[in-house]
Amino acid sequence: MFAYIVRRLLFAIPILIGVNLITFALFFMVNTPDDMARAQLGAKQTTPEMIEAWKVDHGYDKPLFYNAESPGLSSLTETLFVEQSLKLFVFDFGQSDSGRQISADIYERMWPSLALALPTFIIGLVTNIALALLIVLFRGSVLDSVTMMVAVAIMSISGLFYIIAGQVLFSKVWHWVPISGFESGWDGLKFLILPILIGVFAGLGSGMRWYRSLFLEEIHKDYVRTARAKGLSEIKVLFGHVLQNGLLPILTGVVVVIPTLFMGSLIMESFFGIPGLGSYTIDAINAQDFSIVKAMVFLGSVLYIIGLILTDLSYTYFDPRVRLNA
Amino acid sequence: MSLTWLWTDIMIWGLVIALAIWGRVISQSPQVKKQWVQVFASKVAMVSAIVLVFYVLIALLDSLHFILDDASGTHSLLDLLLVHLAQNAERTYSAPFALVEYNRSMQVLESGEVVMQQLPLMHVNGEVSIALHSLWSWLASSAMTAVLVAGHLIWRAKHHRQPLFSYASQVWRGETVLPWKTAYFAVWLVLGVLVWFYWLSHHYHVLGTDKVGGDVLYESLKSIRTGVLIGVLTTLVMLPVALLLGISAGLFKGWVDDVIQYLYTTLNSIPGVLLIAAAVLMMQVLMSNHPEWFATTEERADVRLLFLVLILGMTSWTGLCRLLRAETLKISQVEYVTSARAFGVSRMRIIGRHILPNVMHIVLIAVVLDFSGLVLAEAVLSYVGVGVDPTMHSWGNMINQARLEMAREPMVWWSLLAAFLFMFVLVLAANLFSDRVQWVLNPKSHK
Repeated sequence: MFAYIVRRLLFAIPILIGVNLITFALFFMVNTPDDMARAQLGAKQTTPEMIEAWKVDHGYDKPLFYNAESPGLSSLTETLFVEQSLKLFVFDFGQSDSGRQISADIYERMWPSLALALPTFIIGLVTNIALALLIVLFRGSVLDSVTMMVAVAIMSISGLFYIIAGQVLFSKVWHWVPISGFESGWDGLKFLILPILIGVFAGLGSGMRWYRSLFLEEIHKDYVRTARAKGLSEIKVLFGHVLQNGLLPILTGVVVVIPTLFMGSLIMESFFGIPGLGSYTIDAINAQDFSIVKAMVFLGSVLYIIGLILTDLSYTYFDPRVRLNA
Repeated sequence: MSLTWLWTDIMIWGLVIALAIWGRVISQSPQVKKQWVQVFASKVAMVSAIVLVFYVLIALLDSLHFILDDASGTHSLLDLLLVHLAQNAERTYSAPFALVEYNRSMQVLESGEVVMQQLPLMHVNGEVSIALHSLWSWLASSAMTAVLVAGHLIWRAKHHRQPLFSYASQVWRGETVLPWKTAYFAVWLVLGVLVWFYWLSHHYHVLGTDKVGGDVLYESLKSIRTGVLIGVLTTLVMLPVALLLGISAGLFKGWVDDVIQYLYTTLNSIPGVLLIAAAVLMMQVLMSNHPEWFATTEERADVRLLFLVLILGMTSWTGLCRLLRAETLKISQVEYVTSARAFGVSRMRIIGRHILPNVMHIVLIAVVLDFSGLVLAEAVLSYVGVGVDPTMHSWGNMINQARLEMAREPMVWWSLLAAFLFMFVLVLAANLFSDRVQWVLNPKSHK
């Protein structure tokens, strides 16, 4: 088991190097730091001195890969690639344009993101699976086709509509919950309840359809027929057998998402004023703060890769057929 | 008046021509033809396809650009049709069918008194009866439908070598293979709605006006091009990459496979929105440093749309590539491929003869599935600030502007609703159609 985990972790390294190279190419080679300075300073009369000052301010004043002016080994280390990109590996994200430490900001904003994303994820998952099982129970009936039609309709409406309609109805017209804001602890519940509900509802259409087709695939298998032949009730077949065996394909889609929950949701957080990583990213995009965007890209990939490894591990735990050393 | 081509115009028209050629080619094959007949045999799919065709037609009308002699910039064919809408801007917000402005503004009466009142709209004729003109427009759309239906019936009857009347009665009783009766009613309905909008838009702002007084109906119609283009052209960008890499990975195996797998795992591990955001940010920097590339604001917005499509394409090929790789691996082990190889058939021929036709259903399903997701993504990206150019007409931009007015009392709801509705109809039609295509083409669904 230990050797397996180590092997999976080693496999992650080339991918992270790849991500690093892509972000580096995007942020420093598509546009030179001079271009970025010119675009950020905006005015047409930017002098070379102003550009130099901006570059020094942001730590962008070094050559890309090779620094001919530095002696010895430091000709390779005193470069943008080492200073801006390799540092990401040790989660040293540097400073944002407003002069704050990005790592500290991320740590602080991770928790509000999680407070919104985790309940949305869990409630959504349970609702989707429960409803899908219910539909499978009534498969082929009018209920089935009507629900599927509703599911397509839910899927076809823009997520922005749910947010705006929800805010107008529940906050503006009925005054049930505040329109936006955040408090830590249980006091924050009144701010979180609406975005959670909206998040769950918006995901209902595609979720229900996905799990329904998953369970329908299981239901034609031999073990289900055997279970029925034993005289089990349809409900016992579904919840006892189909659900358990369907769990495995569910895991593939689900476990990989869990670590990325930390990243939060861009749209939800900015609409509901939740100070999480999603709204952090959106603010950074609007302010064209390249360091933050770069840091978030890297962090997102790291979390996704952790998710992939967790998926593999969960397989070995839940499915005895999967052998690690094979 | 002379024709001018924007980059995206060329791409969309090129794609239409390519699709037409492809349609002709596949109609030669009886099997493929049978599959498509099966797709359209469903009433839902037929209606969805008709709605999609209308959207695409409007997008195409909006993709023929002219430079007018009066030096007023470039206009599309759609602009020329809707010229009364483009020029009837009011001062500010007004509700659908309203006669007065939404805001109260200060007015000095003749008596010297200062009052706050809602000014009448400039381009609205309140004396025109809505009911009467709805009737006229209904008659007009019915007449248009009748002409279309008659033409279609004559064509089909000739095709089947049947007398017109007996064929028509077959259609009416629903005995034809394809549900033409449903199709005719769908055309009637869509034409009815369009003509009604068009007819009344001469006298009213049917969907109200926005912050600077622009007609919301005009904006919604102009946004169709952006939505359709993003959905369609992204696929065009993504397809060759996914096909080339997916098939080579599955066929050549070894280090080629390793490299390609590494490539898509790496790209896939970067969260989609963030990668798009980072790429769009860099594109903005590039464009703001090279203002000399664009002669007009239209060209600038167009190049930005083109870049956005390229970026979306470059970030979305990974899923299809993985599917194609797996399928190619499977197919290349099948006996007819191994024996073809044993006979010394060249690799290119094997790809063209055996692999491509057998992965086509995966490609098609992916293309139709992606379309609706991309249309919805446009709105979200515009909200995040990495979407199309802010000067461009798009549903995302409409929502983004209208969102800021939510706090007003009473609410300015019409631009939001118009954008969401236009988007909903398109995405719903695309989803329903793709469901059917998937059902027919996926061998698994016929158990």
